[in-house]
Amino acid sequence: MRKTFKVEGLDCANCAAQLEEAIKKVEGVDDATVNFITQKMTVESSCEDEEELFKKLKKATKRQEPDAKIKEI
Amino acid sequence: MKKKLIQIIISLIIFLIAFIVPFKQEIINTILFGISYLIVGFEILWKAIRNILRGKVFDENFLMAIASVGAFAIGEYSEGTAVMLFYQVGELFQDYAVDKSRKSIASLMNIRPDVAYVKRDGKIEKVSPEEVKIGENIVIKPGEKVPLDGKVIEGTSMLDTSALTGESIPRDVNAGDEVLSGCINKNGALTVEVEKEFGESTVSKILDLVENASSRKAKAENFITKFAKYYTPIVVITALLLAVIPTIVFGFETFQEWLYRALTFLVVSCPCALVISIPLGFFGGIGGASKKGVLVKGSNYLEALSQVEIVVFDKTGTLTKGIFEVQKIETKGFSKDELLKLAAYAESYSNHPISVSLKKAYGKEIDQKLISKSEEISGHGVRSVVNGKEVLVGNDKLMKQNNIDYAVCNDVGTILYVAVDGKFAGYILIADEIKEDAKEIIRKLKANNIQKIVMLTGDKKEVGESIAKELGIDIVYSELLPDQKVEKVEELMNEKSKSGKLVFVGDGINDAPVLAISDIGIAMGALGSDAAIEAADIVIMTDEPSKIDNAIKISKKTMRIVKQNIVFAILIKVLVLLLTAIGLGTMWEAVFADVGVLVLAIINSLRALRVK
Repeated sequence: MRKTFKVEGLDCANCAAQLEEAIKKVEGVDDATVNFITQKMTVESSCEDEEELFKKLKKATKRQEPDAKIKEI
Repeated sequence: MKKKLIQIIISLIIFLIAFIVPFKQEIINTILFGISYLIVGFEILWKAIRNILRGKVFDENFLMAIASVGAFAIGEYSEGTAVMLFYQVGELFQDYAVDKSRKSIASLMNIRPDVAYVKRDGKIEKVSPEEVKIGENIVIKPGEKVPLDGKVIEGTSMLDTSALTGESIPRDVNAGDEVLSGCINKNGALTVEVEKEFGESTVSKILDLVENASSRKAKAENFITKFAKYYTPIVVITALLLAVIPTIVFGFETFQEWLYRALTFLVVSCPCALVISIPLGFFGGIGGASKKGVLVKGSNYLEALSQVEIVVFDKTGTLTKGIFEVQKIETKGFSKDELLKLAAYAESYSNHPISVSLKKAYGKEIDQKLISKSEEISGHGVRSVVNGKEVLVGNDKLMKQNNIDYAVCNDVGTILYVAVDGKFAGYILIADEIKEDAKEIIRKLKANNIQKIVMLTGDKKEVGESIAKELGIDIVYSELLPDQKVEKVEELMNEKSKSGKLVFVGDGINDAPVLAISDIGIAMGALGSDAAIEAADIVIMTDEPSKIDNAIKISKKTMRIVKQNIVFAILIKVLVLLLTAIGLGTMWEAVFADVGVLVLAIINSLRALRVK
């Protein structure tokens, strides 16, 4: 499954890169990209439960970048 | 952003009062500086503390917090406040630039249709394009965007495809024609039967491609991410040593001086200019290219395109139109029209591509009653009786077989000799046509110092060589089967230098394996061809090979901007760092160097978006 989220409140491209690394480590995530300019997070996941995945991503984002928020599009 | 601006203005006013007015008690100045500092810097201090608590010590917030707090600690109140103030001005500018860049890309990609007018139960309903199903009819009024891919069932109009192709000449559409989403309907109302859902429509695919493009990072971008990871800790440790070691050497009374230098060192070392301006530059380059109808799937491909050494073209469909057309008619005793008519009639029963081209060139209805007999002679041609005359149309073997004294033609292509009632009547040359701009692109590539230009074709040797000669291509490999094309490209990959790149340009049909093994695979004429969009790294929406030159130019410009920014930012920073270390730089200069470099680098990056 491939899903895209909007990420708001990222300060810089470096923060985006760090967030990308953190998201890649989330359980059930096979691959992830965070694009600073388009403010988009694309996640490739084998996890079928979308709600569960979104919760995990939200948590990981909050831990890595407290000012950033992800939203479903 | 507005909140930040107000904070900065209030802080600046208080700062200026404290700076200019000499209060009797100096403590008032200090308090005013403190208020000004907290208004503008509280957020940064908070972030720095929070990050330290989370174990992430080295970031910009930390640099700025420690430099400004340190300045306060040694009694440099005005400088401590200025550091924070100007840092925030820089941040504000950065936000503004990123926002502007986002908006300009969004308007560039402003092809997303918002509504579709669908015919349901005899009424026209306004719905979102996602809700329209395959097989439903939609109405597109003049001035509106085509919301979904489909086929015109009623109406005629002109379509503006410039948002997709960069092509400014509108395209005519009539009933039966395909229309692609993202085009703009210029003048007539159209009724269209929807053939693809919104998610599968051209406009969705293109938007998806462009928006995700910058997720494939170029080496220069990765360099910056790695750079920032090691850079900040190194700078902090250096600053620490700068404060401690000379103090031990020169005595404790010099500590304040060295601490000041160390803090200045921290201010100037902030890496924001690099970190922001490089992705911004790449994003601008990709955006600029898509304005020209060239979709680049990642910054890495844009970067690679500036290092091209070998360009390999497929022939059919790339350099030539891939459509066989009558190119030349030579006659003996007949007019050209008569000869064409006889040949078209004689071949009319055949479905061979050759006979299709003949019929197309003739362009009139074939009256079947005039053909009384028609037989196909396999590997030779046809023998028909048209209007009472025996007509032979075919190759040289057919002429020889029937003992016809024919004039040999040495032109390249498929030659159809025609004999009427046993006498040679002339020949018709059918060949693939070279695209108008094919010659130009070869010339431009050569002028751009591309070392090797190669053409691959499955076509006959004579055909391949003649076309290569006409276009000015030096190396041509003919009569290749698809897997041999892969082998040839593999061989060529070994011939380039280590950092050089090989580009393969094809039409995306049957050449997916070659597109995949090349450093950069470019698919041409991809508008409407999903397979080509999938397989290639760079997609040229139109049929024009000359767009490759545009793409290389944009790539080189983007790389130039990115390199300028890297060199400029590092150079200025190193210079100010050195000046600071030997005691020639003040904290004021450090702040201006930091913010100044950031602003200039961002402005330079925004240039990448502008394409001639």
